[in-house]
Formats: sequence, structure tokens, C-alpha cells
Amino acid sequence: MKPAAGRIKKPAYGAIILLWLIAPLFIGKYWTDVLNNVAIYALLGLSLNIILGYGGMFHMGHAAFYAIGAYTTAIINTAWGVPVLWLMPLAGLAAGLFALVVARPIIHLRGDYLLIVTIGMVEIVRIALINNVFDITGGANGIFGISSPTVFGFRINGIVAPAHYFYLVTAFLAITIVLFYLLENSRFGRALKFLCSDEVAAEGSGINTAGYKLAAFVIGAVWAGMTGTLYASKMGFISPESFSFWESVVMFMIVILGGSGNIAGVLLGAALIIGLPEIFQGLQQYRLLIFGLALMIMMIFRPQGILPPKPRSYPIDKLEKNEVSL
Amino acid sequence: MEQFFTQLTNGLAVGGIYALIALGYTMVYGVLKLINFAHGDLFTIGAYLGLTLLTSLSLTDHIGGAAGVILLAVMAMGLVGIIGILLDRAAYKPLRTSPRLSAVVSALGASIVLSNTVMLVYGPSTRVYPQGLLPSQVFYIFGLPIPVMRFVILGASIALMIGLYVFIQRTKIGTAIRAAAIDQDAARLMGINVDRVIMLVFFIGPALGGAAGVMVGLYYGQITFTMGWVYGLKAFTAAILGGIGNIPGAMVGGLLLGVIEALGATYISMAWKDAIAFFVLILILIVRPTGLLGERVAEKI
Repeated sequence: MKPAAGRIKKPAYGAIILLWLIAPLFIGKYWTDVLNNVAIYALLGLSLNIILGYGGMFHMGHAAFYAIGAYTTAIINTAWGVPVLWLMPLAGLAAGLFALVVARPIIHLRGDYLLIVTIGMVEIVRIALINNVFDITGGANGIFGISSPTVFGFRINGIVAPAHYFYLVTAFLAITIVLFYLLENSRFGRALKFLCSDEVAAEGSGINTAGYKLAAFVIGAVWAGMTGTLYASKMGFISPESFSFWESVVMFMIVILGGSGNIAGVLLGAALIIGLPEIFQGLQQYRLLIFGLALMIMMIFRPQGILPPKPRSYPIDKLEKNEVSL
Repeated sequence: MEQFFTQLTNGLAVGGIYALIALGYTMVYGVLKLINFAHGDLFTIGAYLGLTLLTSLSLTDHIGGAAGVILLAVMAMGLVGIIGILLDRAAYKPLRTSPRLSAVVSALGASIVLSNTVMLVYGPSTRVYPQGLLPSQVFYIFGLPIPVMRFVILGASIALMIGLYVFIQRTKIGTAIRAAAIDQDAARLMGINVDRVIMLVFFIGPALGGAAGVMVGLYYGQITFTMGWVYGLKAFTAAILGGIGNIPGAMVGGLLLGVIEALGATYISMAWKDAIAFFVLILILIVRPTGLLGERVAEKI
């Protein structure tokens, strides 16, 4: 039996989902595009959450994986005309492979050092893109002419018709939320959270900590890479500017402010950090200043974020009857 | 060969600047085990305050270029030091007992706040430093033209570093800082006011960073509000390279990184100049996380 409070919330979630789904019918192109950006950053936040929220690894180079996904899509699409949505798995694979290679040697570093190294990583990737590595990234100008996604022969132009794109990205977001919810409550998710809260104890109970951390890194990277495909196909062009260190900071803030380790928290974080500045257009130049202050104040008064995850409990009597599995 | 020496002296001058900034990271890390991510922005503030003082007070006209610059640099250092203490009060002191990573996030927030404050106060465009305050002659070594400015910058950095080293090693307050770096609780039991030590560390480190900011302004002639980010990362790399928490390590690391970068930019690729420092950082953390002269940084916990 769940506590009553848990049930009262459900209609609220239902209302938010319904409002989200019908919003593009009422709010016009500009605001629909804002919602599209919220959805893209929600995806990025959720993918970073696997690494930062569940894995507890301070990773600030997430924009690098996002960039690799977007560039993989852009390069193959413009060179051979492969439909962009087909390239999504490939973008994920490229980002995942990159994560596997770079994360392996640095995964054991302590939190703040990992942070610095991942910042270094995203800067190296950005410099590589600007310097036109292998003559395929288009240098500082980036790559133009990426085609729009096609669903059942229907072309979805994210700039001309944001509402069509909205349903595409929402569908992907919904799938992601369900998958990540299942992941969170799987054996893998629980092991990650355990090693995040106490690595020594986790290692002592026979959990392969390095292996789990690496897996979390790769999953997060794969999802960021696939989100890169969505972004590239929405914009039609990409340049190194879109994947700077500041993008990583924004993703990081979405997770930290929203509530690291909680899917609903990350979604709220994306809505606040991407949506709110649009509402206060006049304050645009104070945006980063306010974010910086918010980070400091949050750490002092509410370091767990606005919506922290509820602690899970495993009642012993249910364990014995095998109603919950560890 | 000519190019080699030109780049070597350039690398040493820039390396001296990196080393000065790196000292701030290393001192704070030594006592608080905290990476002060906002340190690079204190460096930027030093550069901008130096510019304001140079242009608004006409001291350089009254007491001569070099002496005026030194006086103004000292004033900028003092102001940046005070900002450093305020930064500690606002962003780090409330988090002394929190998990260390909370303080790291707070530091990032502080960094964003400081760099944006500089942008709002001074505007987003590049600012130009007054020229001709320091000797602009060219010095000939074995027939190679080397600007005197490089020696001035390197000499000033080394003088400041040696001053700090002597202060830390020879004075009573320096001993207190070293004791607090080894074990804060034990230092407290010995009657050391650790809060005062932390305050002092947050004054000296940023003050040196501020001096480095003024030097960058004088050396390159222009400053931007985002430069603290790149210099901060490079100085941090220098601190890691030498061994973080180790003062001579920061000096060696800074000079070495400056030279590696200058030579790398010449002989490998100019376009990859900024990436070289990051490669060095990643390499050193993977291969020798203790740095050249330092303590252990990779832990299981």
C-alpha cells in the first residue's frame, strides 16, 4: 500500500503531461520552439543524470558526446544523404565508443579531478572541431545543409514547423523517460546508486565499481549522442560554438538544480533553466549571473536540488516474501 | 635555433604568469583540499582593476612609469585579495562541513557570478591596456632580439614567488599555514587560529592571481572578461603538473607548462596551442597523478 501522498500526485503529473501535449496548439511557433529546446535539454539532462545523478561522477564534458553525435549525423547525412533518423543509433554508437575510450583511464579519478579532466576533454573536442580534424568537420563555420527528419515519408522541418518537430522530440523524450525509469529501478541502477553513496561499501559487497561507472558513462554518452542527431536535424546546421564548455555547464546545472538522481527533478531543471530566461527576456544579460548565484545558494541551503530523489526503502517482511528484489 | 630561443623566453614569461596563478590554487588546495574554480576569475578581476587604476589615477605621470606601475599593481593585488576573502565568506565558508563536491559546485557558481559581474561592469568587448609604461626596448642575446618585457614579467613573477616561499618557510605565520595544511584539527589544538589562516590564504592566493592579471594586461596589451577561464585552467594544469598543494611544484609546473605550450605552438601547431595544456593535464593525471613534486590526488574514495 502506497502512502496517500504518493497517489494525490498522480493527477498532477497527468495534468502536466496533458498540458505539455496540447501546448503547441495554443502557444505559437516561438514558444513551441522554446518547448522543443526544453525537450532537447531535458534529454541531455537525463543522459547526464545517469553519470552525475546515479553514478555520482562529476562529469562536465557532456557537450563533447552531444557534439560527436551531432557531427556524426551531419557528416554522414551531408556526404551520403542517409536519412537523419537512421543515423541516430550510429550517432549514439560513435559517442558511446568515444566515451568508452576516454572514460576508461580517467574513471578512477576523484570527483573534482574528474571534473577538471572532463572540462579538458570537452575543450579538446571543441578545438578539434574548430581545427577541422580530418577535413570533415567544416572548421569554425560548421556544417550546413543537414536534412530534416522524415517520419513515414513526412518531412519534419524543425524551424518552419516547430509543432511537428515537437511531437517527434516528445516521443523520443517519452521513450527515454520510460527506459531510464526502468534502468533506475533495475539491478544496474540500484548498484550505481549504491556505489555513488558509498563506494567502499559497494566494492566490499562485490560490485565491480569501475565497470558500473564506465557503463553509466557510456549509456549517458550514447543518449547525448542520439540527442545530438535530434539537434542537428532540427537546426539544419551545426558549428563548434553550439558545443562549448558552457553547454556542459547548462546541462550540469539542469541536473544539480533540478535534483540529481531524480527523473522528475531533471525535467523540472530543464524547464526552469531553458524556459525561465525566455519568460524574463529583459533580464537576458543577467541570466548567467542569476544561475551562478542560484548554484551557490542551492549548495548552501538545498544541496540535493529542488526535487531530490525519494530514498528507497526495502521493507524486510516484503523481502522475505520476495515482493521486492534487491 | 633563433625561433627556439624566442619561444623559450616567451614560454618562460607566460609560464611565470601561470605559476603565479597556480600558487593560488595550490595554497587553497593545500589548506582546504578545495579546487577554487573561481580563482581564474579573480585573476581577470585583477587585470581589470589594474586597468582602472592605471587609467583613472594618473600616478604613472607623477612618479614615473615603472614605479607607478608597481604601486598600482600592489593596490590591485590588495583589492583582489580582499575580494578573495569575501569570496571565501560567501561561497565556501558556509560549506566547510558539507561534502567537498558541494563546495566545488558552489565554486563554479561563484566563477560564473564573478566573470559575469566583470562583463556587466566593464562591458563584453576586449579592453586595451595603456602602452609604453614599461620599457619596450629589445635586448640582444647572442644576436637574438628578445623584448625586455619578457624579463620584466619573468623577474617580477619569480620575485613574488620567492617572496611567498620565504614567507611560508621562514615566518611564524607561514609555519601556521603549513601546519593547517597538514592537519587542521591538530593545528587548532596547538593554538593556531585556523580561520585566520584560511582568511590569509584567501588573501595571498588571489593577490598573486591579481598580480598575474596586471602582468597579462601589460604583456599582451589587451584583456577580456572570459580570459580567466582559459588562464585558470592552464594554471590549474600547472599546479597539477608540479603536484597540487606543493608551492615549489606550482612554480616549476607553471614555468614548465609555459615552455611546453610555447614550443608546442611553434613546433607542433599554433591552432592546437590551447589544447596542448589540456593534453598535458590529462596525461599527467593518468600517468603520474601525484604531479612532478607533489602529493597523491587519485583516491579510491
